[in-house]
Amino acid sequence: MSVFSRAARSQASASVAAALLALAAVAIVVIAGGYDLGHAATAMWTGSAGSAYSLFSGTLLRATPLIIVGLAIAVAFQAGVLNIGADGQLLAGAAATIATGLAMAAAPGWISIPLELLAGILAGAAWAAIAAVLKRRFGVLEVISTLMLNYVALFAVGILIYGPLQEPTHVYPETAPLAVSARLPVIIAGQRLHVGFVLAIALAVGIWWFMRSTAAGFRVRVAGAGAAAAASAGRVNVERVVFRSFLASGALAGLGGAVQVTGVTYKLFENFSPGYGYTAIAVALLARLNPLAVIVAGIFFGALEAGGAGMQRDAGVPSGFVFVIEALVILGVLAVDRARAVAASRAEPLGEEAVA
Amino acid sequence: MSEGTFTAFLSSGVRFATPLAYAALGELVVERTGVINIGLEGAIIGGAFGALVFAGAGGAPLGFAGAALVGMLVATIFASFVIALKTDQIITGTAMSMFGLGLTGTLYRSIYGTAGASLHTPTIAPVPVPVLSSIPFIGPALFNQPVVTYALYAIVPALAWWFYRSTGGLALRAVGENPEAASAAGISPARVQWIALLFGGAMGGLSGGTLVLAQVGTFSEGMSAGRGFIAIAIVVLGRWTPWGVAGAALIFGGASALQTLAQTTGWTMPYQLPLAFPYVLTLILLATARGRSAAPAALGQRVS
Repeated sequence: MSVFSRAARSQASASVAAALLALAAVAIVVIAGGYDLGHAATAMWTGSAGSAYSLFSGTLLRATPLIIVGLAIAVAFQAGVLNIGADGQLLAGAAATIATGLAMAAAPGWISIPLELLAGILAGAAWAAIAAVLKRRFGVLEVISTLMLNYVALFAVGILIYGPLQEPTHVYPETAPLAVSARLPVIIAGQRLHVGFVLAIALAVGIWWFMRSTAAGFRVRVAGAGAAAAASAGRVNVERVVFRSFLASGALAGLGGAVQVTGVTYKLFENFSPGYGYTAIAVALLARLNPLAVIVAGIFFGALEAGGAGMQRDAGVPSGFVFVIEALVILGVLAVDRARAVAASRAEPLGEEAVA
Repeated sequence: MSEGTFTAFLSSGVRFATPLAYAALGELVVERTGVINIGLEGAIIGGAFGALVFAGAGGAPLGFAGAALVGMLVATIFASFVIALKTDQIITGTAMSMFGLGLTGTLYRSIYGTAGASLHTPTIAPVPVPVLSSIPFIGPALFNQPVVTYALYAIVPALAWWFYRSTGGLALRAVGENPEAASAAGISPARVQWIALLFGGAMGGLSGGTLVLAQVGTFSEGMSAGRGFIAIAIVVLGRWTPWGVAGAALIFGGASALQTLAQTTGWTMPYQLPLAFPYVLTLILLATARGRSAAPAALGQRVS
């Protein structure tokens, strides 16, 4: 028996098709915009994988938060929770991390770094808990509540960096940088890639194993498939499973913020997140919510962003089109999925498609 | 606070509220059919871009028409996925917002150069209404505004009347409350949702058009600045009624105006506090039975 079932292989081929379509769309945008395609393609390659630096300090560095937050989305969506508040949870995590790190500047790294990450995880989970409680207790749609909480988090970060967490000279709207000991170490000397990338990979493998091989993981998938399926699969407490998955999703998003602060920016500022929580939706969907595939999808988008920056720098192609590609990937995956579901329901009226 | 400062605060509150009200009234109609259009942001930024391009060709009136048209175009893509393909509303909407923001940014830089903010379009001037605009305090705020604001004074009562007093409004609400029953009564939910989404798209586009043609006078990347998401909050805070939405838009507009007021009067308060306030208020309202009971019963459910 192979590691991936036939269904998984066919899903993977659809994802590859969506990704190729997206790349074709890049080419069309580049040509329509009147740019030199060859020049742009070279710039894209140089920016994303053309050298060790662009690979390790560009693509993989940018992929790290996308993988971690992509996992946050995958966990939530698997459980049927439409968490579009990962951005707010990430900001909450980043704020708690920087506050912890600055308070522990004198401590050795083996004490401060784990505590920083833990603070990020707890803050992300706490921020998600607001929406999770509103959903469980009052039936509030998480879409609306997490959207509100994204803005509240954004303004809260603003208040912190203009107020209690502002750097000592009170000139810039940002926090002081973390002490060197409180930063995540880099993996390879001379490169910017930090151990957060290894953590992201380990998390993906761990969550994949959890979802696939444990009873708890099975309950998450069943809860996401619908209340009726959950009841028939043997009294799964859907409310509780959904609630816990929501918190886990927030914890992962918070960790994403913590890793970005301790590994890349070393401080918190107003536009800390360029929309990781939204890009992560594209990552998770392209990966079909499969944690292992999230690694691949995260690196794909990391390469697009790094290459997009290279294209803007070297060939003058606006980098905003990366958003267009992400949108097209989402729409492409949705369309392919629906076509598949329609075909399946015609072939097999009582198919197992619901648990997919 | 002097009378002048207070009047200036009210005026800028109404000014901030105008584009929000357009977007939120459109979203209200959409949500009443059970659909949440999180892609509204894409319609607003598309409308803003369309306004600039069309106004350059034929002045402000064509600019507004172009804004509505582009907004409807964005809504057409969303509706094709959500209604025809029955995809998830939230995920599709998120993609449409990213699509609109990314595409307008790319097109703007491609067409007008990497320098960006160089292109200006004349804005329509405020038109003071005789007599009414000289009422103390509220006169200048309500009756010395551009025509697009006055149009809202007609749209809100018209929508309120239409919602509760016409068969069309009844059909709209029936689809949002119970699509199966509406279907049994001979109403096509898909048709009603299509029309509502096109209307919502046009209103979202006009919201962007108002930003460009009545306020800022130019386009900039991401200038919709989350107004599509704010509009969704406004609909909740307005408890899914036209008058409620108008009032909630004023609360959000007032919060933005308070921020500018704080800056001009040297108020020592984090400017983010008033901005965060309406969101927190919306969350609190959602936690009360009064807030929740107003939501259409079928809101957010996949089109069946």
